[in-house]
Formats: sequence, C-alpha cells, structure tokens
Amino acid sequence: MSEDFEPKILAFCCKYCAYAAADLAGSMRLSYPPNVKVIQIPCTGRIDIVHILKAIEDGADGVYVAGCMEGDCHFVSGNLRARKRVEYVKKTLTELGIEPERVEIYNLSSAMGPRFAEIAHEMTDRIRKLGPTPVKTRTV
Amino acid sequence: MIVANRKSLSEILDMVKDCNKILVAGCKGCVTVCNVGGLKEVQVLASCLKIARKKDGGKPLEVEEILLERQCDPEYIEQVKDTVGNYDAVVSMACGVGPQFLSEAYPNQKFYPAVNTTFFGGAVAHGIWEERCAGCGTCIIHYFDGLCPIARCSKSLMNGPCGGSSHGKCEIAEDLDCIWDMIVKKKMAQGRLDDLRYLTPAKDWRTARDGGPRRSIREELTK
Repeated sequence: MSEDFEPKILAFCCKYCAYAAADLAGSMRLSYPPNVKVIQIPCTGRIDIVHILKAIEDGADGVYVAGCMEGDCHFVSGNLRARKRVEYVKKTLTELGIEPERVEIYNLSSAMGPRFAEIAHEMTDRIRKLGPTPVKTRTV
Repeated sequence: MIVANRKSLSEILDMVKDCNKILVAGCKGCVTVCNVGGLKEVQVLASCLKIARKKDGGKPLEVEEILLERQCDPEYIEQVKDTVGNYDAVVSMACGVGPQFLSEAYPNQKFYPAVNTTFFGGAVAHGIWEERCAGCGTCIIHYFDGLCPIARCSKSLMNGPCGGSSHGKCEIAEDLDCIWDMIVKKKMAQGRLDDLRYLTPAKDWRTARDGGPRRSIREELTK
C-alpha cells in the first residue's frame, strides 16, 4: 500500500442521531478525517443492500452506516434492519473475496459528537490499514 | 408460491466467466414474492457480478437488468425478442420455468439459472418460507384437516406417525414439526380422532412426477 493512500469512505448517517452528532462534532470544533463523506438518510432502515454494494462497485474504499442506539430508533426498528443488511453485505463481500471490514454499522445518539469523530477516525484508520479497494474503477 | 434460493455468486460467476455483456432477467411472479428474483435481487446480483469482475482489475462485465412480468408466459417472454441477441448470455432469476421458456423461445441464446428452485410453500414469518405442497396431483388434505402429510411428513406417510416422532418433532431435525403429531392433535381437538381408524390406501403416484412430466389442458381456454 502506498504511503499517500487517502481512503474514500462513505458514511450513511441517520438524520436523528449520527447526522446530528456530526453537527454537534462541528459545533464542538472536533476534527475528523476529511476522507469521510457523509450522506444524510431519514433512517438507517432506508439503507438497502444495493446502496452499499453500489458504493463499493463505484470504488468506495469503505462504507459505514451510522444509526441510532439499539432500542432508540426513531422509526422503532430501522437500525436493527440496517444491521442485518450490513451483515448481508459483509457476507457477500467475503464471497467475492473482498475484506468484509470495509463495511460497518455503528450506533450512536445525537448527543455523541465526540463519538462521531471517533468513529470517523476508527473507520479511516481501519481502511488505511486495509489499503485501497480491490474494485478498480476508472472514475470515482 | 414457488420458493427458490439464489445460487452462490461463485457458481453464477463461473457461468458467465467468458461473457463481456449479460442481461440479468428478473420475474415479478413467485420469485419476487419470496425475495429471490425480483427488482431488488436483480439489482443486487448485477452489482455483485460487476464488483467481482472489477476486482483486481479483471475483465469488466457489462450488465443490463430487466424485470419481466412473468417468465412462465410466452407473451412476456416476447418482450425481450428485440434485445435478447445483444448479450453474450442471459441470467434468469426466475424459477426453473423461466430459463426454459426463454431457451425455447430463443434457441440461439444462452440462458443460465441464477436460482435453485426448491419448493411450493409460503412465508410463515418475514424471511422464512416453508414447504406446504408437493404438487402430487391428487390433493388429499381434506382427510387430514388441512395438513398435508405428503409435503410435510419426511416420509410422506399416509398412515402416521412413525416411530421417529418425538415430542411433536420429526427425527430428521429438532425444529421440524411432525405433521402426523399435528394431524392427530387436531383430530383430537375436533373430536374426530376416529377418522384415523380408516387405513388410507397406498397413493396412486401416477398423478405426481412419478407419472412423468405433466401437462394440463383446459379445452375451454385453448384456441
């Protein structure tokens, strides 16, 4: 892996928790790696297997879904469904010979700004160690 | 409905290993209902195949997607007649009927099945399907209060239960209900246990697969 590898990471963040936590992290002037591109979603239950796969197909080095704490989902069970879908994608990636650690799901609340920054660091470090995605694309 | 499971990605990838451009064809029938070959599953398979081929800079695979109303009726199969020749192969996500109807309609094209067709059944809960019918051609469930011993007894016993029934479960799996235990309990609950004094004679299996491939003709519908 080259020293200057900068991972491209996509974060699907629930507007009721992780996205608000990202806002809070900003208000608290906490820095987190610019490698993470945040996409707001109405609930992690909106995330489908194909959304994560498309990101991988289009060259993302890592993808994570960040939703509410288990039991606290604004839509009752969206985060639990998302967990199962992320697990499915992990299994699929394993079948395809791609590291399943490139995909992850996290749970946090809107009050956890520092945790949001921590997750962004954690995922960036993880992907940096794994190296660039083996999925080669011409343009990302 | 007909229930199926998707084949492993490695098996499907092996089928299309020499292809540069394929069509993944889903079906809006049974396989959509059992979440195996509908719109979403077509998108997932197409994406997986593309990822696999892009991995480590492999030969890119162009994948197009289509969802047919049904793949078990010629009028819907006809919908791809102008485009079916544009691909190196077509991967059908319908039950076993789909790729066969397609093959019969377009003898010059290669059709691969992406799913293993398993049984006639229904969803007992979200994401869980169970077998309910064996398509034996002579329904007898009215003798057993709506419970089919042909499809649901591991031995298809007509006069059960056998010695493998224990605490309401079948000996082949701890989580499999013994259908004969259920039949007896239902007869008892309905006060009709005496029905089971009748010894059901051996079944005529000629109406099932044992009689060879079957055909159904409805004269009033034929042209």
